[in-house]
Amino acid sequence: MAKTPLQFRHNGRDVALFVDGGTNLLVVLREMLGDVTPKFGCGQGGCGACTVLIDGEAHLSCLTLAEAVEGRAVETLDGIKTGPNLHPLQRAFAEGFAAQCGYCTPGMLMAAKALLDRNPQPSREQVVEAISGNICRCTGYEPIINAVLAAASSRASA
Amino acid sequence: MARHRGRGMAAINYPIGMNLGGDPSQALVHSNPSGKFTVALSSIDLGQGMKSVTRQICAETLGVPVEDVYVDTADSDTGPHCMGSFASRGTHRVGNAVMAAAKEARGVMMEAAAEELEVNASDLETDGRGNIHVKGAPHRSISVKDVAIAAQFRQGKTISGRGIFLVPLSDVDPETGEMSPATCYAHACLVAEVEVDDETGEVGVIRMDSAYELGRALNPRLVEQQLVGGAWMGMSHALYETTEPYYPDPKQGPRDFVEYLMPGPGDICPHDIAVLERPAPDGPFGGKGPGEMCANPVLPAIANAIFNAVGVRIDELPITPEKVLRAIKAQGGARPQTRR
Repeated sequence: MAKTPLQFRHNGRDVALFVDGGTNLLVVLREMLGDVTPKFGCGQGGCGACTVLIDGEAHLSCLTLAEAVEGRAVETLDGIKTGPNLHPLQRAFAEGFAAQCGYCTPGMLMAAKALLDRNPQPSREQVVEAISGNICRCTGYEPIINAVLAAASSRASA
Repeated sequence: MARHRGRGMAAINYPIGMNLGGDPSQALVHSNPSGKFTVALSSIDLGQGMKSVTRQICAETLGVPVEDVYVDTADSDTGPHCMGSFASRGTHRVGNAVMAAAKEARGVMMEAAAEELEVNASDLETDGRGNIHVKGAPHRSISVKDVAIAAQFRQGKTISGRGIFLVPLSDVDPETGEMSPATCYAHACLVAEVEVDDETGEVGVIRMDSAYELGRALNPRLVEQQLVGGAWMGMSHALYETTEPYYPDPKQGPRDFVEYLMPGPGDICPHDIAVLERPAPDGPFGGKGPGEMCANPVLPAIANAIFNAVGVRIDELPITPEKVLRAIKAQGGARPQTRR
């Protein structure tokens, strides 16, 4: 199959590679770039574990054709901390025990980040809406919702 | 047509683990020359926190900092035997095995320290911060790391221990067949409040209040996590989940995450939990384990709450809007029961 050249920004770094036609973004991130923070859950857009930000908006990388991110900025969980400092959302998830098995956590964090980036002080309903495409099978969601709200208020007071 | 509120409760008596074959689990604990300890288990942490709890149990028993213990659950081919992660048995069974292994390893560690300090091992104590000293004379001290180095390179000893927990065999009464299948029980009571729409049959859970008695909460935050998440699973089992909605006809069955219904973040409700600690005499540090029982009382409590709200008794899970609506129609309308 013919390879297509692809260039995009991956967590602030320009990357260039060749992909097979039809390759999805999740495969490019995990298998070609070695960034395994987006998780493979269902592979069909049902679970949200592969959520990444494309130009700041939450997208399901398993349903995104790699070629569609040509020239765009892709952000994954791997890129959200600053040096050794965890992102406020990561801190809030850890402090609020918002993860159990942890498989949904990267997708939850990216969905939550997309929300807080455009709406730094969301209501509880807006948090619920933002993570409604992400399935968690352990926590019962309550600790996750509380962690996102805690991150929002910690940023407001910082 | 209206929405009816109802309240239901359920109480449970939950046996920890099972009895078959003594329900054994084994653990091995050893130090490496740096004075850090490894716990080898075949038991698997499914996200419930068993690695954290067994790590705490091992550190506490050895008398070393929790950071100096690593729990390796990697491989059931090479690890010591475990019956498995089920029946709420992890904390109790595996915890007891780890405790036994850590006790034996501590004995060797104290003997090795005694040889270095030229004292009797029974005169030594650990400070929990990585040092061993003579009781009443903290300056006569040696670090666990130096003990491990001495054991490895000078004394030719492995600081290690073996542990197994086996439930005593229960005799069966030949007359009645009566036996004691478990050595300790956890208990819970949960009250659920629901709202039932008599036009659509939809059931929403408004709030839950519960009390759990689960022995000593060895890690209170992990216990809380399990209880919060487990109640959600109970709600899911009660109202949403099925692989065969029209059993035995497989048509309409879910095929993936999108179609397999479970409550989402918008379907949850406030849940107030009280944890009561009555240490189990045969549990590690009194622990029993929240495990499966965190979901168990939710199902009957919700079924009872639905009866309280509209007077229909649904005895097949999940309690779907269709079942509720058919039952309401069959009795000629909603019949709210008295609320207590």
